[in-house]
Formats: sequence, structure tokens, C-alpha cells
Amino acid sequence: MELQYWIWIAVGLSFSLYIGIAIWSRAGSTKEFYVAGGGVHPIANGMATAADWMSAASFISMAGIISFSGYDGSVYLMGWTGGYVLLALLLAPYLRKFGKFTVPDFIGDRYYSNTARSVAVFCALIVSFTYIAGQMRGVGVVFSRYLEVDIVTGVLIGMGIVLFYAVLGGMKGITYTQVAQYCVLIFAFMVPAIYISFLVTGNVIPQLGFGSSGADGVYLLDKLDGLHQELGFHEYTSGSKSMLDVFCITMALMVGTAGLPHVIVRFFTVKKVSDARKSAGWALLFIAILYTTAPAIAVFSRTNLIETVSNQPYEQMPEWFHKWETTGLLGFIDKNEDGLIQYTANTTTNELTVDADIMVLANPEIAQLPSWVIAFLAAGALAAALSTAAGLLLVISSAVSHDLLKKMVIPNISEKGELIAARIAATGAVCLAGYFGINPPGFVAATVALAFGLAASSFFPAILLGIFSKRINKEGAISGMLVGVTLMLFYMLKFKFGWFGGGTKADWWFGISPEGFGSIAMIANFVVTLVVSRQTPAPSKDIQELVVNIRKP
Amino acid sequence: MENTYWKKNLRYITILLSLWFIVSFGCGILFVEQLNNIQIGGFKLGFWFAQQGSIFGFVAIIFTYIYLMNKLDQTQNK
Repeated sequence: MELQYWIWIAVGLSFSLYIGIAIWSRAGSTKEFYVAGGGVHPIANGMATAADWMSAASFISMAGIISFSGYDGSVYLMGWTGGYVLLALLLAPYLRKFGKFTVPDFIGDRYYSNTARSVAVFCALIVSFTYIAGQMRGVGVVFSRYLEVDIVTGVLIGMGIVLFYAVLGGMKGITYTQVAQYCVLIFAFMVPAIYISFLVTGNVIPQLGFGSSGADGVYLLDKLDGLHQELGFHEYTSGSKSMLDVFCITMALMVGTAGLPHVIVRFFTVKKVSDARKSAGWALLFIAILYTTAPAIAVFSRTNLIETVSNQPYEQMPEWFHKWETTGLLGFIDKNEDGLIQYTANTTTNELTVDADIMVLANPEIAQLPSWVIAFLAAGALAAALSTAAGLLLVISSAVSHDLLKKMVIPNISEKGELIAARIAATGAVCLAGYFGINPPGFVAATVALAFGLAASSFFPAILLGIFSKRINKEGAISGMLVGVTLMLFYMLKFKFGWFGGGTKADWWFGISPEGFGSIAMIANFVVTLVVSRQTPAPSKDIQELVVNIRKP
Repeated sequence: MENTYWKKNLRYITILLSLWFIVSFGCGILFVEQLNNIQIGGFKLGFWFAQQGSIFGFVAIIFTYIYLMNKLDQTQNK
């Protein structure tokens, strides 16, 4: 059967599943809309968190990025998983015990101040919007590559689906669709990986195949290091970034993960404190399946690519090479006109440009897998993008209807009114996200780092100190958050957008990249919070009671 | 009673977070070059920690904490 039909069937089936779940799990109250009623099983919540967390970027781009950067790519692997340890040990159980609906809820109550709440709402909105625009774009790109519709139509279809189940079901609908989406995306990611691992190394477990040898008896990683040296790239298993920068980026991504509101709210949906810990464990386990496979795929496809193209005649390239050439993901210019492909690190003699996304997207074709596997890959990529978009959408709508309207502007709004407001806010957010998906602002790629940096420099210290210290007061927390966010924004705008005089790599403070600067801004936040709190009066007895109370199981 | 519960919890957290730091920042970043001199199968050890080992370590750390805290919670209920 034709590939196109398979893809329509896979996408159509998975979408009808999501819609079916949405109809079955309509939200009837604000508690259901914000936290799915608070009775989700920890394993289901773990799957939902994993799908929520793994975005289009994790699914499509990460393996490719690692494939091109080798050891340097480890920052994403460690950074995007290590944050769950912080969540499980330091945040999730206590926030669950606190038992409200949103992150600004906690900040506002713990620091007994609507100023603190507003700062938190502001940060939650910026972080979520920067993230969601990228997801909608991802949906459009997948549609256009696999189904040959244009990106705008793709984004509109994606918007329609998310709108339907997020607006109707709220967190309840999102949770159960995310469980289904996790199953779709992990299956789609693992089938080609297992197959390729077997093909290249004879071992069906990619994590082991990664460290095995190919048919010629040479270990894959040794072979790749050798190939890299020959072509002038830096050695695959060692890095090109400074150790300090790698350290700071990894720290910023870990802490940022633990401070992202759409991840934190998932832990409000379980029944009790011990379930919050359990679901963090399950979530990381489910994420680890993909995250330990990605670096293996990176090595398989990198070796495959170099061996297939390097110094080979262009005329003899396999069919997939030409197919991906037409999409613009592969590009070949025969600079010295010898008819061979020279792929080197030297930009003046290099003749091949490769987009990182191709490493996952073209994998099934390179390995000559059947059409239905390719169709599943398309459905998996869509599942990854939609599940993350829906989680973010909920944070945006609850920040508006709950934190802004209910807690600050109209405190006596009825339950029904709040639910309507939440649905209107969700609809508005989808439209805005769709607009940015169709007309992506040039800064989308740059702002993903900003989202993590902001989460690390604003929320994390405020939440952590709010739990582990009784002495921290509102003056400390508010000034800390403001200093952290301002510093982070300043550094990003200066070095990513060229404001405030701009600057190049040579001007980076201590040689730390904007991606890693979240760590420094976070430390500044901690210092300011602690110092200011010491100089101002301690919080009242009630607040200290609240802190004691959230520490009890 | 409450105080011993909280103190024990803090001790678990300190120990487990030190492990968290060692498997990722320690083995995967700070001492990666030294560990890369050791080769196990096709992996240089430092590289393995950075791309595989740290993640397995994180999973183990969280499940250890779950186990320890469930036990601690039970003594609390008695």
C-alpha cells in the first residue's frame, strides 16, 4: 500500500483516539479542569508527565543534535533528565501536600503577597508562550513533510485537535490523552531504533548496541572517533565546549526543568504525597527509555551517514538521499566538480549540508523499514508536539482564569464563571499559539534556552526556599525573583538579540553561554533572597505553620 | 517525633543529592577526561556516564528515595 495512505491512517486513528478520550473525560468542575480531580494513578501520571515533557524537539531534533555534537550533546541528555531528581526530592511531594492548583498559587500564598503572585504569573506566561509557539510550528512541519499539505493547514489541524480536547476536558482530558500519546510516541521512536541497532550491531537493545562493534569487529564509537578525525571534526567522544560552560548549561537545564510550571502542575493531579514521589520516578523511567536510546541512534545514524556519503559519487546515492534533498534537509554543492561528495569540517571545502532533524525522520527509510513504521513515526512526532502544547495551554489558561481573575481581579467569581473563563482563556491561547506557529518569530529557537533560564532564575529558588526555610519572607522572594529574571533577560537580550551593545562569544561573562547563564542568574536569585530576608522581618506565625504543615507527609 | 521525621528526610535528601551530583557533574563533566582513559566494552567510561550512566543513576536515585520515604512514612503512622 502507498506510504501516504498509511500515514493518513496512522494519523487519523491516533487523532480519533484523542478525540474519543476527550469526550469520555469532560471536565465538570474547576478542580477537574485544573488538576484532573486530583485522583490520577501515579503510573498514569508518570506517562502523562513523560509525554508532557518530551516535546517535538526531544522527539525529532535531539538525536540529530547529539549526532552532530557528540559529547557536547550530553548537556541535553543529563540536563533534561536530572531535573526530575530535583523534582522528586525537593519540590513535588511538598507542592502536592500544599494542594492548590497552580505554581503562582504556591508563590502567592507562601509569600502572602499579590505582588509575588503577579511576578509568578508573569514568569509562567512568558515561559509557556515561548515554548508553545515552537510546538505548534512542529505540528505544522510534521504535517507538511509527511502529508504534503502546507504548514498553515498543518498548524490549523493541530490547533483544532488541541482546542477540542484541552477546552473540553481541561487537565482531565489532557492527562488521559497524554497517556495515549506517550504510548504512540515511544512505540514510534523505539521500533526503528531497535531495528537499526540490530542491523548495525546485531544487538536488539540500542543501549547495548551503542557500545558494540559493527560487522568489521571495530567498536562503533572508536570507528566514529576515527572517521571524525579523518574529516577534521572534533573527536566524537570528547567535547569542544569549555568544561565550565558544559557544567553551567547542564545545571541550568536541570534546574529549569524542575521549575517549569507545566511539569510542576502535573504533580498536583495525584491523590497523595507519596504518589507525587512515585509519579516523578515513573515519569523519569518513561523518559529515560527515549533519552538513553537517542544517543545510540545518534551514533548509528552518524556512522551510517558518513560511510554512505563520504567521498562517494553523487550519482550513486540511494533514493532517500534525493528525496530529502528536495525537502531542503540535505544539500549538496559540488564545489570542486569531481562528482564526489566531500563532507568535512572545513566550511570552504565541505560540499554537504545536513539538517539535524533528518537523523530521526529519515531513519526508517535509511534502514529500509516498511511503510507502516514510517507512518507511525509521523503519528509519534505529532503526539510529542500535541501533548506538550496541551500541557502548556493549561498553564496559560489557569494563570489567566485562576491566578489573575479568581485570586486578584474578581475574587467572588462563581465556580461556573471561573470554568467558562478558563475555557475562553484556553481558546485565546490556542489562537495566539497558532498565530506564532504560522508566523514564527525569528527568536523561537533562541527563546527555548530563555524559557529554561527564566524558570531556573525565577521559580526554582522561590519554591525551594519557600519549602526548606521558614525564615524567607516576601521581601526576599520578590526581590530575588526580580533580580534573577532581570539578569537573565538582560544577558539573553545582549548576547542573543544584540541589545545593550550586543557582544560576541569573546565577551561572555566568565565564558558562559546564554544557554548556561540561567545557573548564574539562579545563584544571584538565591543570594539576593537570603540577604534581603535577613534584613527584613520574618513571616508571620501562620506562614511558618503553613511551611511546617507541608513538610508532614 | 515530627522533628526526627524531617531530619531523617533531610539526611536522605543530602546523601541522594550528593550521588546525583557525582554521577552527572562528577563522572560526566568534571572527571570525564580521567574516566575516558578507562574503556569498558566499546565505551569510554566518562562518555558513557555523560550519555547513559547518569540517566540510569537518576532513575535509581528516585526509586531509592521512594522506597526510603515510604518506609519512613510507615514508622510515622504507627
